[in-house]
Amino acid sequence: MTMDVKTKMEGFEMSDEIICRCEEITESEIVEAIRNGATTVNEIKKWTRAGMGLCQGRTCRRMIERILARETGIELKDIKPSTYRQPVRPIKMGALGE
Amino acid sequence: MNKASIVIIGGGPAGLSAAIEGAKAGAKVLVIDENGKPGGQLFKQIHKFFGSKEHKAGTRGINIGDQLLEEAKRLDIEVWLNTEVCGIDKNKKIWGIRDKKQSFSIVADKIILATGAIENAVKFSGWTLPGVMGAGAAQTMINLNRTLPGKKILMLGSGNVGVIVSYQLMQAGAEVVGIVEAAPRLGGYGVHTAKVRRAGVNFYTSHTISRAIGENCVEAVEIVQLDSNWKPIEGTEKILEVDTICIAAGLTPLTELAWIAGSKFVYIQEMGGHVPAHNKTMETTVEGIYVAGDVSGIEEASTAMEEGRLAGINAAASLGFYIEKEQEERTKIVWNGLNALRCGPFGHKRKNAKDKILASREG
Repeated sequence: MTMDVKTKMEGFEMSDEIICRCEEITESEIVEAIRNGATTVNEIKKWTRAGMGLCQGRTCRRMIERILARETGIELKDIKPSTYRQPVRPIKMGALGE
Repeated sequence: MNKASIVIIGGGPAGLSAAIEGAKAGAKVLVIDENGKPGGQLFKQIHKFFGSKEHKAGTRGINIGDQLLEEAKRLDIEVWLNTEVCGIDKNKKIWGIRDKKQSFSIVADKIILATGAIENAVKFSGWTLPGVMGAGAAQTMINLNRTLPGKKILMLGSGNVGVIVSYQLMQAGAEVVGIVEAAPRLGGYGVHTAKVRRAGVNFYTSHTISRAIGENCVEAVEIVQLDSNWKPIEGTEKILEVDTICIAAGLTPLTELAWIAGSKFVYIQEMGGHVPAHNKTMETTVEGIYVAGDVSGIEEASTAMEEGRLAGINAAASLGFYIEKEQEERTKIVWNGLNALRCGPFGHKRKNAKDKILASREG
């Protein structure tokens, strides 16, 4: 299934599902952040913590981008992914002290 | 702090091919991989590859993996396994953690990012229930861990991953109840699709999953037909009894290290979204940092190996291991191979997409 198809499919409303599994953030929380003025994935992240958990958005970031596109009408190609930061893998603080 | 000539992050088909070319040229090469065994996804690819003989067509992925590992061993290529790279910078400093506990830091002369891709998730009601998983994850379970993810399976997505994994799930003893495809047409190669169809699997085109049903895990799935505007048609809902839902909805390149290093990116939908802009030598806009394989745009293992070779040859050449003429000749040979892989109705689309990436780098 192409990205194009998925975008169209997600154009229709779904029930309130968890989108960010690490932080347990639901679609309605993300939509609320957008309706309150969030216009970028980074703003959604700061507002709701979606994509800020253990996996750093590996699973949910593309879904959040599509929700943002659907809600704002911004084209997917113009939506900048949220910022990546080091470390890009979850590591124990103790390991840094070695 | 240690110093190494070419450091390759990711030991899949692209990374190993890059390492082999780098080592052949005479460069000191280090491959870093987060897994316990190199080879990336090759060792779960039990099907035969396509392409020409030079591209190992007719050979199973698992055997190609063995061939690459043997060659790497013969060339004395150093491989660090169970090693996670946590960060890099534009000065080619790399840091990470070995065996979950020991931190390390090295400076490379050249870095080749061959970090691959991650499966896309698709949300529908109940998508977080146990029993919903990526098709690639299911393939890892059956072909590497020898464990069936479930007995009755619904596949979402009819592309190559969807049909190949469906067939392998059946070979492993599961029943594939159906393959659901939102588009009006099937997405995979004819030969793979026909094999599954001949085995009696139902295809549901212009359909999607409306919900997964179950208390604590998947017990059934509801699918619904879509109209020409991709809207569900009321009254067409069907409930199928399944215990597992596999999602084969494409891949996203794992690009975080390229972002952190400061590479320019370009959005190419057909290539999986944002990909690092790169030139014909696979070098990104950050001097000395190269990409190869799915991280540079989603394609196949055969193209990943060729891109790896390009990156390996050119990284070594920029360190002085080849004179310009040798570099050009070797690069040209690999490009001829790549162009051969990127022809035909499926390949042509990828060629056009790749050309857009190359144009963005030059522009």
